[in-house]
This record gives sequence, structure tokens and C-alpha cells, in this order.
Amino acid sequence: MREIRYYEALNEALAEEMRRDENVFVMGEDVGLFGGTFRVTEGLMAEFGARRVRDTPIAEAGIVGLAIGAAFAGTRPVPELMTMNFAIVAMDQIINHASKMRYMFGGQIDIPLTIRAAGGGGTQKGAQHSHSIESWFVNAPGIRVVIPSTPADAKGLLKTSIRSNDPVLFIEHEMLYSVRGPVPEDGEDLIPFGVADVKRSGSDLTIVAWSKMMHEALRAAEALDAEGISAEVIDPRTLDPFDWDAVLGSVSRTRRCVVAEEGWRTVGVGAEIASRVTEALFYELEAPVQRVGAVDVPLPYAKNLEAAALPNAQDIVRAALKITT
Amino acid sequence: MLSSADKIRLYKQMLLIRRLEERVAESYGEQEIGGFTHLYIGQEAVAVGAISALNNDDYVISTYRDHGHYLARGGDPKKFMAELFGRETGICRGKGGSMHLADVENHFFGGTGIVGGSLPIAVGMGLACSYRDDDRVVMCLFGDGATNQGVFHESLNFAKLWNLPVVFVCENNFYGIGTDVRIASALTEVHKKASAYGLPGYRVNGMDVLEVRKLCDDVVGLVRGGAGPALIEARCYRYQGHSMTDPGRYRARAEEELWRKRDPIPRLAASLLSAGLLSEERIAELEREVDDVCEEAVAFASDSPRPALSSLYEDVYNETYPSDPHA
Repeated sequence: MREIRYYEALNEALAEEMRRDENVFVMGEDVGLFGGTFRVTEGLMAEFGARRVRDTPIAEAGIVGLAIGAAFAGTRPVPELMTMNFAIVAMDQIINHASKMRYMFGGQIDIPLTIRAAGGGGTQKGAQHSHSIESWFVNAPGIRVVIPSTPADAKGLLKTSIRSNDPVLFIEHEMLYSVRGPVPEDGEDLIPFGVADVKRSGSDLTIVAWSKMMHEALRAAEALDAEGISAEVIDPRTLDPFDWDAVLGSVSRTRRCVVAEEGWRTVGVGAEIASRVTEALFYELEAPVQRVGAVDVPLPYAKNLEAAALPNAQDIVRAALKITT
Repeated sequence: MLSSADKIRLYKQMLLIRRLEERVAESYGEQEIGGFTHLYIGQEAVAVGAISALNNDDYVISTYRDHGHYLARGGDPKKFMAELFGRETGICRGKGGSMHLADVENHFFGGTGIVGGSLPIAVGMGLACSYRDDDRVVMCLFGDGATNQGVFHESLNFAKLWNLPVVFVCENNFYGIGTDVRIASALTEVHKKASAYGLPGYRVNGMDVLEVRKLCDDVVGLVRGGAGPALIEARCYRYQGHSMTDPGRYRARAEEELWRKRDPIPRLAASLLSAGLLSEERIAELEREVDDVCEEAVAFASDSPRPALSSLYEDVYNETYPSDPHA
């Protein structure tokens, strides 16, 4: 299969869905003439024009609010928030409006809306530009949270998101855009929500990880392999809905589990996963579920401090060794 | 020009809103209605005058003081009262309550409990109209408090930037909860805020339904014709507190009395009587008709069942998955 980069896979997904459905359009800061801060919307304005690829002012609450209204009225907007950091500016529209209006109105409306944003740290952008805050959104019912780690998952899940009739927060990762991987060319090769992917099979330990941490988990699994420990790496790919069967099935075989996320460890998604695994498999577990996450400080700028704050493969290895040896 | 039948219809709609709201207050006192309930009494001329200027397939979006807007848009009084009573037959199946009435069949996209929250959404609906090149307009109703929120400014900018068919209607009742507009807003003449974004800003006496209707006919026509968005400031007064739990100690009684003298309902009655379009007998008859509708609405609400507990889990998503909460 041909290999393309993560950003190219996203670009293909957008272009294909825009060709397929006239109601799909893109809006956001620098998405048009500029081609997108991370090149995801490159070339779209040339193909689809300024009506369907809309450059906006820097007004994130407005961008999301407009997209909600456009979705109410039957279109399928795909707003880009540039980065997850700015989702915080738009929080009222995302949580109070997009995620709640269908329920508050007794199911009278659908909100087919896909908000794209890049998350993650590791590029020395400091405290306000390095967020991995997926847990905030997983905590709120009413919005799906999709967080792909590979180019193939990025393409297949973005297409599913755009075709979904519910609001979706689609979280990309700044450090994954240039990652290459095999991606199907078939435009109908979609990846369903709520289906985890086993990225590596193993028998001694299950590592649950998503987005960039999935790649760290694969590196950790390599290192553990050298120690004679066989780690299975599971990527849930969507955090809402969540494939509990896959995770619980894997842990019931391996009896050990490490959850690795880039977000702050306290009250992170990992806490929820650890809790559910423990509730379901307490008597089958050989050891307590381990959580790996960012140190609970705002991300610092200095390279060494940032590296110390963010979780990596070594942290996963340490957590794994704690419960396997 | 409005026909006499049109004017009588406006009168009856205002009367219906007034009388239903009085029943809401009663039922709130009887604890049939809970939560936040913001009455529309006093402001009826704005909802009725503005919304009646629209076509049936135009979009309307509202704020948390949404009862009058829902009813003026043709919403069913029974489903309204049932929603407030928290019953299964409510317009939102008992999930929304007073602040979140929506009636999508009538193109009424609801109330929001967040001040200013619906403004960008209104602009987005305008974007969809423009995107599809249909000739619908969007009417967005909100209070003076919303004009100090950030999204008000973002929304006016977006609407003008993309020349979207949105009529912003600000109901300036001079108080954001208990705070006088002069304490909250550097510019108290709300219609002038439009000029910062290049929108035309209009001011109208929101206590006179015919004046509101006339201005809205003109403005809606311009906006539908492609002139771009506009802002209307309708000056009005709510006779009750901000919500049912507000005793209103921050307002002078003399001020309240002054505005009560401007009540839009007797004002229109007097004008229709003097023009010979209505008689005292016909007014009494209309009042009886409206009271019957109110009576039926309250009876319907109190006879309706509470929502089945299984409905707790419904309506979160269009598409559901095994990890979603289930009954």
C-alpha cells in the first residue's frame, strides 16, 4: 500500500468528503489561502473555492457557534480550531451548546459538526500552546472524541466523523503531522467509531495508549521485548465512544495493564480506564493498573523541563516493569 | 399595510402570551414548575411584532427568556405548558424546561441559558442560508445584557463580513438581572453598537406592537433582499423580576408604574377600539378564547405523565454505541 503523511491523509479525507457531499465545508483561521497552519487544508481552496473553504477571523467561540448554527440548518461544517488550546476559548459553544442542544431540545435536532484541532506538546510552545485536554471533553456527554495516531486512522476516522450526525471533536497531534504510514486509497474505506485497534499483539501486559502516546507505547513495547516481556498495545482511537470490550478482553488475557496518555495524569482519561478495568477485572489482575501521564504542572518552555514534564516510552517501560517483575 | 384581521391577530397573540405567563406564575407558585423561569410579561409587543414579520420557513433563535418567542412563532401552548411542568408531552419531552424551548417544526431553534450564546449560532444559520443561496432570513432575539458579551461582537463582525441574512433583535429592558444597563454598558444606546461593525442600527418603541412590526417588515425585507445583517434595539420593560425568584428590589416603583402605563396590550386595544376595528364585546370574547386556551394548556400539562425514566438515556446522540449510557 502507498504511504503518505498524517497531514496528507487528513487532507485527502477532507477533499474526498467535500467532493462527495456538497453540504460539507471547511472554515477556520488560515485554512484557505494559507493552506492551514499544519497544511491539512492545502489545495482545498483551489479546488473548492472560497465559498466552501472559508478563512475566518480569529474568533474561536464565533467559529464554533457559527458551525453549530450551520449544522442546525442542514449543512455539515468542518471548522478547524488550529489548536486545542483555542478550544478553551470556544468551550461555552462546544460544551454548553454543541454537546447539549440535542438533548435539551428532546432530540428535535441533529448537529452534524466536526471540530478539528491539533493538540499536544513537545515543540517548546509553552504552557498555553501544548494542551492534551481530551479528558475535559470525554467527561462531557453529547460530543464524540476522536483521536487518531496513524495516517490510516486519521483518514478513515475523519471521514466517519464528517458523515456522523453528531458533534465530533477530532483531535490531531502537532508532532504526528509528518508521520508516514500506509493509507488505503479507497474513499469508502471508513473506520467506525468505538472500535479499538491492536497495534501490537502481546501476552504479558496490555498498554492502552492513543495519539502520540501510542507511538511511545510501541517504542516501549520494543524495549520490553528485549527484557522478555510481551506487551500488547491497544489504541482505542475514539475516546467517546470507547471500545471497552477490546480493552477488557485484552487485559483479561494479559492480567496487567498500563494506560499512557499525554494529558495531565490527575483525573485524566487514564484514571477512567484504570477504574473501569479495576471494577471489571479486579480478581483477574496480577497487579494494580498503572497510569502514565504528564506531570501536573503547566508545560514549561525550556527543552529539558518540557521533556521532564511529558510522558515518554521510558515512563511506560518503568510502569510496565513495576508490575511485571 | 396590515389588515384589521392582522392587527387583531397581533392583539390576540400578545394577550395569549400575557395570560399564559400569568398561568405560568401561578403554577410556579404551586411548585408545578421549577428551576429558572423568566417571564416575558411586558415585552409581548417585541416578540409578536418582530416574529410576525417573518415567513414560516425563516429561522428564529432565542435566549433564556423565550416563552414569548416560542408562542409568537406559533408554538403549541399545550406543549409549552407541559414542558414547563416537566411532562413527557412537553415540546422538548421534558428535557429542556423554561429556558430551552425549541420547536423545530416551526423553525424555532430554541432558547439558551447562556447570555449571548445563541448569537453566533444565529449567524451560522444565516451562513447556511447564504451557502445554499436560499432566501430565508434568521431572526435572533436577545437582551441588552448579551451585548456586553464577547460573542455579540464576534457575531456582528462575522455577519457583516460575510453579508449574512441575520436580523439581530435586542430587547433592551434596561436590566441585566438586577444590574441597570448604565452600570453594565459603556454605550447604553444599544443600536449604536451596530455601527462598530458597519451594520445599520435601528431603535424602536418595543411597547408598541405596530411600530415594531412596521420596522421589522422593512428591515426583514432589506435583509432578505441581500442588504446584509441589521440590528434592531427594541426598548421595552419586563413587569416581573428577572426570574420567578427575583423580588426586584433594584427598581424604583415609580419607574415600574411609568412603564405599566405604556403597556402594549391596552395600547393596541385602545387604538383598535378608537378606529372601530374592535368592540368591547369582541375584546371580551377574545379574552374568553385566550383564557380557554390557557385553561386547556394547564389541564393538558397537569394531566400528562412525567417522562418515562428510560427517556433519561435518549436524545443525547443521533447515533448510539455500546459505551453510551443505556437504560
